[in-house]
Amino acid sequence: MITALVHPIEKFVRSERLPHIWCSGCGMGMIFNAFAKAIEELNIDPKKVVIVSGIGCSGRASGYWAYDGFHTTHGRPIPFAMGLKLARPDLHVVVISGDGDLLAIGGNHFIHAARRNVDILVILVNNFNYGMTGGQVGPTTPEGVRTTTTPYGNYTEPPFNAVWLAAASGAVYVARWTVYHLRNLTESIKTAFQMKGFRVIEVISTCPTDFGRRNALPDPLDNLRYLKENAVYVKNPDPREADIVWGKKFIIGEFVKIEGKESFDDRIRRLIEIAQKELRRSDLQ
Amino acid sequence: MINSYNFRFSEVYWCSNVPRTIALTGNEAAAWGARLSRVEVIAAYPITPQTQIVEKLSEWIEKGEFNAEFIRVESEHSAMAAVAGASAAGARTFTATSSHGFAYMYEMIAWVAGARLPVVMGVVNRFIGPPWNIWADWMDALSARDLGWIQIWASNNQEVLDSIIQAYKIAENKHVLLPVMVSLEGFVLSHTSEPVQIHDQELVDQFLPEYNPPHYVLNPEVSKPFAFGNILWPWDTVHLRWDMHKAMLNAKDTIKKTVKEYEELFGINHGDLIKEYETDGAEVVIVSMASIAETAENVAAELRKEGKRVGSLKVRFFRPFPSKEIVDVLKDKNKVIVVERDLSIGHDGILAMELRSVLHRYNTEIPVYSVSLGLGGDEILPEQIKKVVNKVI
Repeated sequence: MITALVHPIEKFVRSERLPHIWCSGCGMGMIFNAFAKAIEELNIDPKKVVIVSGIGCSGRASGYWAYDGFHTTHGRPIPFAMGLKLARPDLHVVVISGDGDLLAIGGNHFIHAARRNVDILVILVNNFNYGMTGGQVGPTTPEGVRTTTTPYGNYTEPPFNAVWLAAASGAVYVARWTVYHLRNLTESIKTAFQMKGFRVIEVISTCPTDFGRRNALPDPLDNLRYLKENAVYVKNPDPREADIVWGKKFIIGEFVKIEGKESFDDRIRRLIEIAQKELRRSDLQ
Repeated sequence: MINSYNFRFSEVYWCSNVPRTIALTGNEAAAWGARLSRVEVIAAYPITPQTQIVEKLSEWIEKGEFNAEFIRVESEHSAMAAVAGASAAGARTFTATSSHGFAYMYEMIAWVAGARLPVVMGVVNRFIGPPWNIWADWMDALSARDLGWIQIWASNNQEVLDSIIQAYKIAENKHVLLPVMVSLEGFVLSHTSEPVQIHDQELVDQFLPEYNPPHYVLNPEVSKPFAFGNILWPWDTVHLRWDMHKAMLNAKDTIKKTVKEYEELFGINHGDLIKEYETDGAEVVIVSMASIAETAENVAAELRKEGKRVGSLKVRFFRPFPSKEIVDVLKDKNKVIVVERDLSIGHDGILAMELRSVLHRYNTEIPVYSVSLGLGGDEILPEQIKKVVNKVI
């Protein structure tokens, strides 16, 4: 007798879209899994979740997840998500995109959505390069490493500390994990889902095909081993110390967790109340 | 950590002054075109299918084989802004993009033309989504039809290389001073290898001397400081527009001269504004651009063998539009079929529309059949074009 084995996250996936385009050893599958697990454990109605993605490898996620999703243009998932959230405040709006999309071509939107404290969850998949286009230097590429546009090492483009950028811009929840730390990541997604405001989870991912291959990590397992050996969990870490230097230890953990900060849609509702009060007053006069 | 990845591409490096023919993809040919033109500043952002152009250039620059500055910007909008700045400061500049990147830099594309900066850009033509589609379509470059850029549409990889060198010569001419985009279709040319002749650098230098701009920021020879790009009243603005229009029309002569000079030096001619194939005595002419033009030539050759009088006309320069040149060829023909990889939604193929307006202007009543094929990168087969011709003839 043949028994059909069903993958535990099958119901969260558009299986008819498989096989996916991600390379073997890519971290996206693990992030996919962690996210599905978090949603399942929180028991959230799938019709209340919207996935918005931008360009690049992680941009394909919205097509594979069995939620309503939008694969938007280069750098534009955050403004798109902002519009969506304001039109439908009852939805859980999740942006999942890469470091190139969110911090380079869409960098402007990232800081401004954080400043406004727009109520969206951003999962920032950081693989240190532009993977989809073949591995060019990006805004998070550590100094000294090789990419196709820095074939002799990146010495001209110092990287962003994405954690500090998010924290300084006003995000209410900032955490960083790696694709090796899946349990922490799942718990973190659950925590973030229950909060309100601009929430950022940076996930350090693996890209053996483009990034690893040029930096002595062509084997997918070595990429994971690198994350295991170099990621150091710190309790209540300082975002300013979250720099990533290639070959050195870097910090993971929950950097920022602020409860009760007024979100953008709250502010808009408050503005309407203020304006209406003023209008009523002028009517009386 | 020892770096195990050895960055060595399977390529014969330039080491002598002897011209050589090697297999190059369209993207590599574009990079060679920029290198032989001794470009000084390059700014670009990765996008499929353009990326390899700038990868190649950045590799040469880092190796010290090619003396230029490469700026790894954070978006295409910044790429065009950076080359605009460099060009305004008197440097020869290059950038390349595709599709969404092109759309994103649109504001600066318009700006560079208005500022009369002779920037040259490689456009690896690709569909603009949604749906996401990375394959060839002309809608990106054609959307900038009216902005004041000279447009060259290359049919093969050799033409890509040659067109970029010619582009600088035309753009930097002081009677022209307009930017040029050189279009090569995504994957059809960009990722397909063909034998390409890489010219002798000395000969290219002879053809294209150092860029000597008539006006630029911080020019030490000008005593009064220049202010660029300021606000103007409508009655002043109209003069600048008229100057651009005249410059574009004047560019036709410069193009013809440039192509002739290029042929004398390098023995290569891809056509000036247009390229004719078997148009003499033809009843039906297939008009097209880019790689389709070569397919059309093959179709015409086959149909000629069958005794049908068919010719092909390639529009090499879409701007300035070769109006008179096209009418001279088509005026005594019976029918014209325009085959193109674009569609103006709700109307017709864009090239067909242009052609009709030109024929009308010269009081020429020839039926123009508009055929939009291969949208979103679908293959265009000779049989398809043949079928259309046989139906029309």
